[in-house]
Amino acid sequence: MAITVKTLARPEAESSYVRATLKGMALTFRHLFAKKWTMQYPEQTAEPGWSLSKRWRGTHRMAVDETGKAKCVACGLCPQICPANCIKLVPGEDEKGNRYPLVYEIDEFRCVFCGYCQEVCPEEAIHVGVHYENAEYSRDGFVYDLARLMRQPHELSTLWDPSDPKGE
Amino acid sequence: MSPVTGAAYFWISIVKILVVFGGILGLVAFWTWVERRGAGWIQNRLGPNRVGPEGLFQPVADGLKNFLKEETLPPFSDRFLFVLAPMMAFTPALITFAVVPFASPLQTPWGVMNSAIADLPVGFLYILAIGSLGVYGVVLAGWSSNNKYSLLGGLRGSAQLISYEVSMGLSAVAVLVLAGNITMNEIVAKQQQSLWFVLPLFVAFFTFMIASFAETNRLPFDLPEAEAELIAGYHTEYSAMKFSMFYIAEYSNMVTASGLMVTLFFGGWDIPFTTWDSTPPWTVWKFVATFACFWLKVVLFLFTYVWVRWTLPRFRFDQLMDLGWKVLLPVALAYVMVVAVGVWALESAGVPFGLGYVAWLTAGSLVLGALLLWGLDRNRVIGGSASRQRARWRADAARARGAA
Repeated sequence: MAITVKTLARPEAESSYVRATLKGMALTFRHLFAKKWTMQYPEQTAEPGWSLSKRWRGTHRMAVDETGKAKCVACGLCPQICPANCIKLVPGEDEKGNRYPLVYEIDEFRCVFCGYCQEVCPEEAIHVGVHYENAEYSRDGFVYDLARLMRQPHELSTLWDPSDPKGE
Repeated sequence: MSPVTGAAYFWISIVKILVVFGGILGLVAFWTWVERRGAGWIQNRLGPNRVGPEGLFQPVADGLKNFLKEETLPPFSDRFLFVLAPMMAFTPALITFAVVPFASPLQTPWGVMNSAIADLPVGFLYILAIGSLGVYGVVLAGWSSNNKYSLLGGLRGSAQLISYEVSMGLSAVAVLVLAGNITMNEIVAKQQQSLWFVLPLFVAFFTFMIASFAETNRLPFDLPEAEAELIAGYHTEYSAMKFSMFYIAEYSNMVTASGLMVTLFFGGWDIPFTTWDSTPPWTVWKFVATFACFWLKVVLFLFTYVWVRWTLPRFRFDQLMDLGWKVLLPVALAYVMVVAVGVWALESAGVPFGLGYVAWLTAGSLVLGALLLWGLDRNRVIGGSASRQRARWRADAARARGAA
């Protein structure tokens, strides 16, 4: 048996050549003068009714405690889970036995911004942030060290909560 | 009141060539900007607006980029033809305009100057002859690139251009029959004496317009460069200025096709509702006014090209061939007969050429035009797969009823 192709029986007025063409031309002509939705980016970074999602995963940020130290305890979970292998962590221990990162670097160039580091962090120390404007003059500039991660001023990303997927 | 002759003719021709060449290239550059901003506006975007006021210098930036870019020459390509192809596309596109009169004649100290670069007695034949040369650029580019997509694009281009050339020529024959002349100036003069030929020859205008969209490879007929299927078709392998030459050729073909539609069907440089512009003395003001009027009409057609491009989807290749051979060609051919019979009848009845003469033809053409548009609607003369399926269902149902 031959292959049967499903053909939609559209109303003639919608599928006629002449009428449909004229209708389409009228529609595009109206759109010529319709409101333009372009945001002129470098000059205009926001406009009423527009914002980045709270769940936007951008440039990382390291949270700090009340004393101004990084919350990180150098457990090593984030470099473990990182799919892009962009986190470099060298753990250290002070005289009281508290672990802290001697070296904590994130290569923003390699990062795929999946946000796993934030999800896995037991101390809620490393975060992805609601921020996207990263520009540097060299590749080295994209390797953010601990001090720089702590300095970032932007908002922290609110990640997806499995029990409340729609954010209600 | 004698025409310009001798050395003055030579120098005036040189000036006219420079003006027309520069004017067309300027219009082409401007129109790439209009096309991109028009595309943006139709899609509720802004389009390029960064370089210069409102992005007007975008074509300059593009041109500069194309001059400075690396010229690539694909290995295994036919070098000679590969370099020749852009020239073959570029040259005919620019020289076709030479016979189109773009303003009224002008009284100069050396005599009356005709506005067309060359007022050839064979006028329209020259356009058909040179216009069809453009297909060599497309075919040679496709063939010499040694790229299967380019070749497909080139072959499609040749098939399409040859098919639509026929209907284009035939629909113009109706104009020539009515004007009784093939000189562009005479065709314009005849329209000034009566009506713009779009009214008495509406069907011819309709087929001519569709054919000229196909001839310029513009959507909905841009199959030679259908980017969804063929990357960029015949100019896939071209870069920098060679690519730019194809681009300029496409746009100057648009300008020429619009100029032709204006000259053949919309009165050329005629200003409607007045005879001031079509009678001597040929002053400078008259020249400027008719010049502006002609280019205004051309720009309206050019805008239609842009407008249609961002409205209609591309035809499938078999649909394109169907439309060309099964619809446009018979319609154009039949219409030539109709116009010839009409002109013969009016001549036999001794009606003098003028408003009354074309009024009869206008009445006939409007009836035929309405019939054509009615017939072109789906399910009447041509139909898509849906209508064929519907017919099959109806036949099945009828057979079942007969059996029961």
